[in-house]
Amino acid sequence: MDFIGAYSSGNLGYLFKGFLITLEVAVISIILSFLIGSLLGTIRYAKIPVLSKVVAVIVETIRNLPLLLIIFFVYFGLREVGLKLEIIPAAIMALTIFESAMISEIVRSGLNSIEKGQIEAARSSGLTYIQTMWHIILPQALKRMIPPLVSQFISLLKDTSLAVVITLPEMFHNAQGIYNGNFNFVIPLFLLVAIIYFIVNYALSLVARALEKRLDTEGKHRGRGSGKKPKSLSGQLSS
Amino acid sequence: MKKWLFIGVIFTLIAALMVGCGKSSSGSKSDGTLAKIKERGKFVVGVKYDTYLFGYKDPKSGDVTGFDIDIAKALAKKILGDEKKVELVEITSKTRIPKLKNGDIDAIIATMTITEDRKREVNFSDVYFDAGQSLLVKKGSSIKSVDDLKKGTKVIAVKGATSGDNVKKAAPETELLEFENYAEAFTALKSGKGDALTTDNSILYGMAAQDSDYEVVGSTFTEEPYGIAMVKGDQEFVDYVNKFLKDLQGSGEYAKIKAKWIKE
Amino acid sequence: MLDFSILTTYYDLFFKGFLTTIEVSIIGLICSFILGVIVAVMRIAPLRILNYFGTCFVEFIRNIPLIIIVFFFYHGLSVYINLSGFAAGTIGLSIYTAAFIAEAVRAGIQSVDKGQMEAARSSGLKYIQAMRYVILPQAVKIVIPPIGNQFINLVKNSSILGVVAGMELMYFADYIHEKTYVTFDTYIFAAMFYLVLTIPLSLFVNYLERRLARSY
Repeated sequence: MDFIGAYSSGNLGYLFKGFLITLEVAVISIILSFLIGSLLGTIRYAKIPVLSKVVAVIVETIRNLPLLLIIFFVYFGLREVGLKLEIIPAAIMALTIFESAMISEIVRSGLNSIEKGQIEAARSSGLTYIQTMWHIILPQALKRMIPPLVSQFISLLKDTSLAVVITLPEMFHNAQGIYNGNFNFVIPLFLLVAIIYFIVNYALSLVARALEKRLDTEGKHRGRGSGKKPKSLSGQLSS
Repeated sequence: MKKWLFIGVIFTLIAALMVGCGKSSSGSKSDGTLAKIKERGKFVVGVKYDTYLFGYKDPKSGDVTGFDIDIAKALAKKILGDEKKVELVEITSKTRIPKLKNGDIDAIIATMTITEDRKREVNFSDVYFDAGQSLLVKKGSSIKSVDDLKKGTKVIAVKGATSGDNVKKAAPETELLEFENYAEAFTALKSGKGDALTTDNSILYGMAAQDSDYEVVGSTFTEEPYGIAMVKGDQEFVDYVNKFLKDLQGSGEYAKIKAKWIKE
Repeated sequence: MLDFSILTTYYDLFFKGFLTTIEVSIIGLICSFILGVIVAVMRIAPLRILNYFGTCFVEFIRNIPLIIIVFFFYHGLSVYINLSGFAAGTIGLSIYTAAFIAEAVRAGIQSVDKGQMEAARSSGLKYIQAMRYVILPQAVKIVIPPIGNQFINLVKNSSILGVVAGMELMYFADYIHEKTYVTFDTYIFAAMFYLVLTIPLSLFVNYLERRLARSY
């Protein structure tokens, strides 16, 4: 093991370049998959005839496939049917497809955890469907969704490393490039990459916890707390 | 139904966002490759980043250097008059053919053997380098040549390369382990996952030069003529590249490049 | 239309990979469950030092990518112990999944009212007995669905063995892809093999979730 050699400034710079790509791909994918996942989850929640069923089949299929396979498929397989993507867009697309499906389930469970009686009550007090959703259901549901959503975002950040198989120049790819030259660098680099991931993800989870707490107290102030303990959504926690 | 409206609004919002973010990359295929390169002012070529002596990215400096790179630069100079007008794109044995067919790159100059199977997928130039498959082992290994590969011997190769198939033909009883790229394959040999690593001797000499604990053993047991791969259906570009290779050899430039990288 | 000749020509490889995927999943399932429960117990045991180690394990492993854990066992440890792709992959996968299972089990146990533990202890049961007869039976109901989901993830994540020559479904899908240059169909067939495993599992977990929810 050669920690000093492995952590030379040139190597660290190269690793950092990879880290930026990791972040870029992860952030774009998080935004896209949050939007698409919310949409899909809402469609399934709303039980629209035909459409909800179609979405359910697609979501369940994707959720039950390995991400690695989806990455290969998007990058190599879709070329044969005419959709040709560069590496970074391909990585973003593969991650977005997979994570949207995962997030849609979180959103659906979150919405489902709010009692249906509230919709009826709100509607009968004169609110429109959109107003009911926007002012009554979503704020409560969102609060319950935060912990599983953040876990999913952390998963997504970690999963970016799988795109190394299509030579996405992310952090792990660049680590490979460095330890290719010297076997003594293998362990130091694995440790460093693991620690960087840990710091970013752990910070994310701390932010989520703080946010959750704040929303919790806010809810109580406004008297919005349902009085019931939020149903655990940990079943959706996944990688 | 207001419920529908709600969903409709969200859907349009997201669709608008998607369109805004989506960058489609469609390469036009109407013109010849040569015209496309000249129009772009840049020769985009797929090279290896993990193959010492042929195409290797130094993590410290960020420079990509090697025999294949110099050939690519010379070709860029021929087409565009400036060897700096070359854009290198990282490929692996596994990703190179899809990337070329996709139009992401104009050519592959990446230790690529001309084979009948591949000729169905891409066009090849004339041979620009003669390699042959050989074995890399840790110094002091009992394996001295391909004849020593017996049942239970673990041989490491790279996904998408010809070497895996070849070694199976030469020594059918061996166990084959294939990895994503040469970096992983060589690391696997170093960490003792296999008894030998097999690929073209040219690549193996690069590995041996990187780490003196390893040596190339035995003579070559296949012929691996390297060609520059180009997209199918563009004979004009193939002829151009073949003429370029002939000129390069005629002017002595080729010998210079070869001597710079290949010491054997 | 899909090119079924790929399936018929290479069905032995697909099948070999499929069996290995099942093998990895079953071994991983058992190991990660045992390890996960041990870590969960460590986290809630009335002993600071155990809590501390349990928490560190869960937080660290959950926050780093699986591929790094697997490569660590494959390349990193090779100086001390030389693991095959299959072994390194299965160990990495088990450890990774164990962290998630530990978290699910801990959350489940802690969701059982604290008063019950005190009541059980004051009625003369030992800590272990109180756990075994009072807390765990209630916690099991709560933790079964999330653990089920983790097992589905484990099956999916077993594809990581493909990058360390673990000879499972993903590895052979790559291999067939190289041989045929047919990508779309090859990966669709591989996807089908995965779905054969994961869809029934998902349905089963959903069923359990609904049944257990009703029994409250």
